[in-house]
Amino acid sequence: MSQIQARQRLYRRSRQSIVHGFDPVLTAVVGLLLFVGTLLVWAATRDWYTRNGLDGQYYLKRHIINILIGLVLAYAVTVIDYRLLRAYTPFLWGAGVLGLIVVLIPGLGAEINGAKAWIALPGGFQIQPAELAKIAIIIGMSMILSERSHDSDGPTTNDVLQSLAVAAIPVLLIIVQPDMGTVLIISAAVVTIIAVSGVPARWVVGLLLLAVLGGFVAVKAGVISEYQVNRLQTFVDPNADTQGAGYQLRQARITVGSGGLIGTGLFNGPQTSGRFVPEQQTDFIFTVAGEQLGFIGSGGILILYLILLMRGFSIARRTNDPFGRLVCTGVIAWFAFQIFENIGMTLGLMPMTGVPLPFISYGGSSMFATLIGIGLLQNVHARLRG
Amino acid sequence: MNNKSRLSLLVVQILIVSLMVALFGRLFYLQVAAGPKYRDAALSIQSRDVVAPATRGLIVDGFGVPLAMNKAGLAITIDRIAIDKLEDKGVGVMKRLAALLKLKYKDIYQNTRLCGELPKGAKAGCWQGSRFQPIPITKSADPDIALQIVERSDSFPGVDAQPVAIRSYPSYLDVNAAHVLGYVGPLTESDLLQGNGNKYFRSETIGKTGLEIQYDSYLRGEPGIRTVIVDRKESVTRESQNTKPVAGDHLVTSLDVRLQASAEKALKDAVLRGRANGYTSDSGAAVVMDIKTGRILALASYPTYDPNAWERGLTVQQATDLFSEKKSVPALNRALQGLFAPASTFKVVSVVAAAAAGYNLNATYSCPSQVQVGTRAFQNFDSKNQGSMNMTKAIAVSCDTIWYQIAFDEWLRDGGLRPKSSPNDYFFKAAQSFKITQKVGIDLPTESTSRLADRAYKKSWYQQNKDFYCNYKERATKAQQTPFLLQLAAENCVDGDKVRAGDAVNFSIGQGDTVVTPLKLTQMYAAIGNGGTIWQALVAKAVVKTDGTVVQKFTPKKLGTLTAAPSTIKFLQKSLREVVVSGTGAGVFAGFPIEVSGKTGTGQVFGRNPNGTLKDDTSWFASFAPSKNPRYAVVMMVGQGGFGASTSGVGVRQIYSTLFGVTGNKVVPGAALFPQGKPPTLLPKISPATKPKEATK
Repeated sequence: MSQIQARQRLYRRSRQSIVHGFDPVLTAVVGLLLFVGTLLVWAATRDWYTRNGLDGQYYLKRHIINILIGLVLAYAVTVIDYRLLRAYTPFLWGAGVLGLIVVLIPGLGAEINGAKAWIALPGGFQIQPAELAKIAIIIGMSMILSERSHDSDGPTTNDVLQSLAVAAIPVLLIIVQPDMGTVLIISAAVVTIIAVSGVPARWVVGLLLLAVLGGFVAVKAGVISEYQVNRLQTFVDPNADTQGAGYQLRQARITVGSGGLIGTGLFNGPQTSGRFVPEQQTDFIFTVAGEQLGFIGSGGILILYLILLMRGFSIARRTNDPFGRLVCTGVIAWFAFQIFENIGMTLGLMPMTGVPLPFISYGGSSMFATLIGIGLLQNVHARLRG
Repeated sequence: MNNKSRLSLLVVQILIVSLMVALFGRLFYLQVAAGPKYRDAALSIQSRDVVAPATRGLIVDGFGVPLAMNKAGLAITIDRIAIDKLEDKGVGVMKRLAALLKLKYKDIYQNTRLCGELPKGAKAGCWQGSRFQPIPITKSADPDIALQIVERSDSFPGVDAQPVAIRSYPSYLDVNAAHVLGYVGPLTESDLLQGNGNKYFRSETIGKTGLEIQYDSYLRGEPGIRTVIVDRKESVTRESQNTKPVAGDHLVTSLDVRLQASAEKALKDAVLRGRANGYTSDSGAAVVMDIKTGRILALASYPTYDPNAWERGLTVQQATDLFSEKKSVPALNRALQGLFAPASTFKVVSVVAAAAAGYNLNATYSCPSQVQVGTRAFQNFDSKNQGSMNMTKAIAVSCDTIWYQIAFDEWLRDGGLRPKSSPNDYFFKAAQSFKITQKVGIDLPTESTSRLADRAYKKSWYQQNKDFYCNYKERATKAQQTPFLLQLAAENCVDGDKVRAGDAVNFSIGQGDTVVTPLKLTQMYAAIGNGGTIWQALVAKAVVKTDGTVVQKFTPKKLGTLTAAPSTIKFLQKSLREVVVSGTGAGVFAGFPIEVSGKTGTGQVFGRNPNGTLKDDTSWFASFAPSKNPRYAVVMMVGQGGFGASTSGVGVRQIYSTLFGVTGNKVVPGAALFPQGKPPTLLPKISPATKPKEATK
């Protein structure tokens, strides 16, 4: 039997049983998060838009469209055996890097909140190549670190350096935008993948030291813009600036805190309705949950995330395939750090950066990317015994 | 999967779970532990209170004549936030406004500065409220001028004109009563922070002193509040509450506008008389009390100020003058804040002491020109040898040497500088039985406590000062190093904690470190007049709602009883009558048709005035009348006023003349203020239109 025939058979079989092979808990949790997110996006925008004579359902409709597109993409990802995805990885990676270059070209990239991170598409849609680059990096690194062309137990130094190069090029392009939140999340995912790949511990320690040093140099040498230094300073002293980033962070904390134990009720939050927190439907969406659903509701969202991450770990542990495990680990690390960065920023634990909350924030690129990530997890789960 | 990978995965898992737990903990803190705090913060971001102030209650006298009322005014306000945004910080606007309103730019500038913005010592006239309140420049603007401002809003950014209710003190019969009534003003930041337990709204006005602050909770009423929820653009999204204002309750006092006006005039005349006689006469107080109840019928303090000045817009000069030493601090209410040596009026205490010590009040004593007390000779008043006399006469002519002798003898009996373990202390105990160190308990703020120079006082004084006197050479200035002062310091260092012979002797004639407020002395003389009851002083009679229902009545309260034998009190009453019949008060009250009992006092004061002159004597006259069945106590004090009789005694006669309706030496029928011989007991009808009944001249 030729290798091609075997692959084709495998492909057919997977397609027949693919939905069967999904992790039902993961599916349910993601479904719940998408549902809650839809309500929150609606609650965040309805009153303000209606009151200002605009369509109150504008964001709701577009959010649903984003979810539907995302689900189609996620399904598509699960259909192809992830082991075959390796073949497409170079193209995916190349497309990501190309996108990151395009956003930097004046006239093509759109600048929002001081970062050139978006490509404007017709119809008012925008795409954020950095979101897709995350997937490219995770798959690319996993591929390099899981291939064994020798008898070694773990990846060689060469493998590690190659994988770091795969990450470094897009990361450098994102630093130029600049989008430090995404850089932070990708770096965390990169270190996690390398740590789990079985390399000697000195690599991990060295990378962590490099990250600290890099951050220090970046602030000192002015690679990070003044805008970002401001954000960092207001994180240290939230009362320093009453109208800028400090104002936003304080408003966010007040809004979350004012929800109390049970919240003000969905669609019934005066802080949200008065739009005192900026970027309410995107980066600060957790404030809407905090105010309207209270500790019970927003704590519930945290628990859903925890279950989701634990399912991811479970899949990573059960698979026999090193590539699948590294992909799972990368996806989990990406989700976990992005959740931590976003909610941590809202609650005043992390500095202010513009990263969306997975499955909940309004925003196409992030929604597509995170759902593709879920597709990857389901893909590995479906083929645990394959 | 190799073991290394498995372990790494576990570590990553633990790390990620910890991150989630951290989020969970922080969320719990924000929403549950600190939730209430953040809910308040959110409320202040979302909600705006539109406050409609309540009409403040009236303050009326015993017959219902308004002492404080409200009238419609037109306020010109400046919004600090708006003018601060202008390029010149509003200087141009304020200059134009000053020209239009005929005010000084300096005053407008000062009036619109927050008190916290100004350096210490330059705060006069500053705005006590917050930056977020519109700051009124005047509340009684001419409507034409207000219209000009509103029409030319481009030349007056941040300036607004709106009708307001203003507090007005109508001053019938030229009555002032500023020290009793007080005044109103804007809330301070500490009021807003619920410093006194009340919830206030920024635009409210509250009582600042006097009755206005004492009964503020009744007078203020409840402002109407419309709370709206706003969004980030300050547009209203909904209304969350809307309550109508509830007018404040009226305060009925026991004051009488006619008597108050008369007391103020008598006091001012007394001060001017003192000056005409060559005394400094810088201050004074007069009190009229109903001795059967302790109710205050009139209370005056000199110098005074115009309580309407605040609502009109206080100029920097006016605000500075209020607390200026040169102007004798008009803000001070001397009747209850001024502490003065009572001098001879204090001899009533010495009589009680002598009676308790077993001296026969009806025996004869000698009144020599001086008494040798240890190494020092204490002189009689004017060093006069008056010969022998009974004690009634001694009170009448105000002999000092009788008291020196008794006080010195008793001091020796108590062990002198080595006091017995339980000394008799007749003099201190007699003073304490008048409750001198207890406050009069008047329902006005910031009453001072009178001071008794007894053994306990000497001890605490010594504790505070021994360091200074025992290190006098190092601590004192060069000018203070005279041989006399050095010797005094040495004595003070050795036995400054002891009551010395000189202290005991001075105490008996109301000199030395014992000081009382005019109000305290009134309470003491009222107790003698009524047979021994010490009443708490009371200004308020009742709080009445706008519809006439009584909210609360304030009933007189006894603070205690004078511990003296009834015969001693009788003796005091007889002796005090004798003062006016044949003693130091006789000249002043010659021909007066109403029998008055009283005592003069001329108190020595040490120290110098700001201009370097030596301080003149304190002039006192303390009294009650009618002598047969006393009903009223009247006390007048003029600081640096000279003799008791000629300065204050004449003033007291003037007050009694109004009270009893006396013109010249005749009682004019129907002219007495209280025809039934006592102040009204029924509560009056309250109307802002009530005018005082003109006393027939």
